Amino acid sequence: MISLGVIDLMIAAVLVILLALLTEWMKVRLGSQILIAAIRTAVQLLLIGLVLKVLFENAGALWVALLAFFMLSVASYEVMARQQRRFTGWWGYGVGTLSMFLSSFVVTLFALSIILGNDPWYSPQYSIPLLGMLLGNTMNGISLSMDRLTQTAWEQRRVIEARLMLGHDHKEAIGELRQNAIRSGMIPIINAMATAGVVSLPGMMTGQILAGAPPVEAVKYQILIMFLIAAGTGLGTLVAVAIGSRRLFDERERLRLDHLQPTR
Amino acid sequence: MLVRRKHNPTGESRKDLVSKCGTVAGQPLVLRISSLRRLTLGPVSLEVRAGECVCVSGVSGAGKTILLRAIADLDPYEGTVFLDDVSCADIRPVQWRSMVGLLPPESMWWGMRVGDHFPEVNADWLKRMGFTEEVMDRRVEVLSSGERQRLGLLRLLANQPRVLLLDEPTANLDQANISRMELLVEQYRRERGAAVIWVSHDPGQIQRVADRHLGLVGGELRSQTQ
Repeated sequence: MISLGVIDLMIAAVLVILLALLTEWMKVRLGSQILIAAIRTAVQLLLIGLVLKVLFENAGALWVALLAFFMLSVASYEVMARQQRRFTGWWGYGVGTLSMFLSSFVVTLFALSIILGNDPWYSPQYSIPLLGMLLGNTMNGISLSMDRLTQTAWEQRRVIEARLMLGHDHKEAIGELRQNAIRSGMIPIINAMATAGVVSLPGMMTGQILAGAPPVEAVKYQILIMFLIAAGTGLGTLVAVAIGSRRLFDERERLRLDHLQPTR
Repeated sequence: MLVRRKHNPTGESRKDLVSKCGTVAGQPLVLRISSLRRLTLGPVSLEVRAGECVCVSGVSGAGKTILLRAIADLDPYEGTVFLDDVSCADIRPVQWRSMVGLLPPESMWWGMRVGDHFPEVNADWLKRMGFTEEVMDRRVEVLSSGERQRLGLLRLLANQPRVLLLDEPTANLDQANISRMELLVEQYRRERGAAVIWVSHDPGQIQRVADRHLGLVGGELRSQTQ
C-alpha cells in the first residue's frame, strides 16, 4: 500500500483550485462554493478520521451512539437545506430526520446484528462507516423525493384541488405526484446498482482496493453495502414521501400549501 | 338514477321557467351558512333552499372565491356550514365535497382522455350540452376552453351534488354555450332539488338565473334589488 503524504493531497487540491479559477473565468461563479466545499471535505474528513481513531481505541456504546446522532442531525439539516420549498416549523427538519432515522438506523442495526454479528454489535469500526454510507445515500434519496414532491404539489396545486373538489380523497388527488417523487428518490441507487462494476467502480470498493485489501473481499463488502443502501434509500424515501404527502393536507383533507415555506 | 327526460318537454319558453321560480319558500333548507369567517371575509350567514339559485356578485377581490372555497371546505374557516342540517365537521371531507360541488372558472384535467375523468356518463346531459358520447374518447389537450368548461360542469354533475357552487362558470363562453350551461344548471336544480350559489358579474345572467341576488361588499353579503 502506498501511503499518501501531505504533498500528494496538495497536488490533488491544485486541480480543485484550477477548477474554481476556471469557473470564475467562465463567469459561472462557482469558485467560492467549490473552494469552501473542498475545504469542508478536507477538514471534516480529517476530523472524522481523528474521531474514529479515538473511538476505535475506546469503543464505548455511548460514544458510538453520540456520534451516530450527531451524523443524523447533520444529515437532516442537509436534507432540509436542499429543499426549494420546505415544510414550515419543526416539520421542515422533522420529516427528513424521522425518515432517515427509520431507514438508516434500522438497516444499519439489521446489518450489524444479523449479517455481521460482531461482538460487541456496535463495534465502531463497522457501525460508524456503515451508518455513514447509509445516511449519505438515504439523505440523497430523501431530499430528491421530498423536493420533487413539494415542488410538483406547488406546480400542480390547481389539479390537486380540482380532484378534491370532485370528491377524491387526498391520496387519490396526490397519488401520481407521490409515485413520481418516490421514483425520483430511488432512481439514483437503482442506476448505481445497475452500472456498478461495469461503468463505475464504487467509491468504497475503490478505496479499499487502493488501501491494499484483496479485491474479492472488497467486492463482497461493496455488494453488501449496495444492497443495504438500496433497502435504506427505498425505505427512507417511502417514509418521507408518506409523511410529507400527508402533511401537505390537513385533517379535513384540504391542500395546505401554507404548510410550505415560500421559496427563497 | 339517470334522468332521461327530454329537454324542455312541455315546450315552455325559458322566460316561463324563470318566472315560476319565485316560490322556493316552502322548500326544505339544503345549505345553511352560519357566521362564516375567513381572512377579510365575514361574518357571512346564508340559507339556500332546495331548488333555489342565489347569485352573488361583487368587485374583484371582494371575497367571492374565498366564500365558495370555504363552503366547499377547501380552506379552513371559522363558523359552521350545514348541509341538510348536518354540520360539515360531521361529514367526511370526501363525502362533503362530493355533495357540495365547486366549479372553478377554469376546469383542470389530469388524465389523457375526457373519459378518464368521468366515473359514469349521462348521455342525456351530454346531449343537452351539445356533446355525443364520442367526446369521452377525445384527448383533453384538443378541447377548446369552452368545451372544457362545459365538460367541467358535466363532470361535477356526475357526482349528483346537493349544492352547486359556481364561480363565474361562463366567463370564457360564447352566448350559445352560456345558454346551455344556464339551462342545464336550472334543470338540474329543479329536478334534483339542489341549492345553487352562482357567482356572476353579468347583470343579464343574474336576471336570468337568480331567485335572489346578493352583493358581497366589505366582506358581508347584502341583498341587491334586481
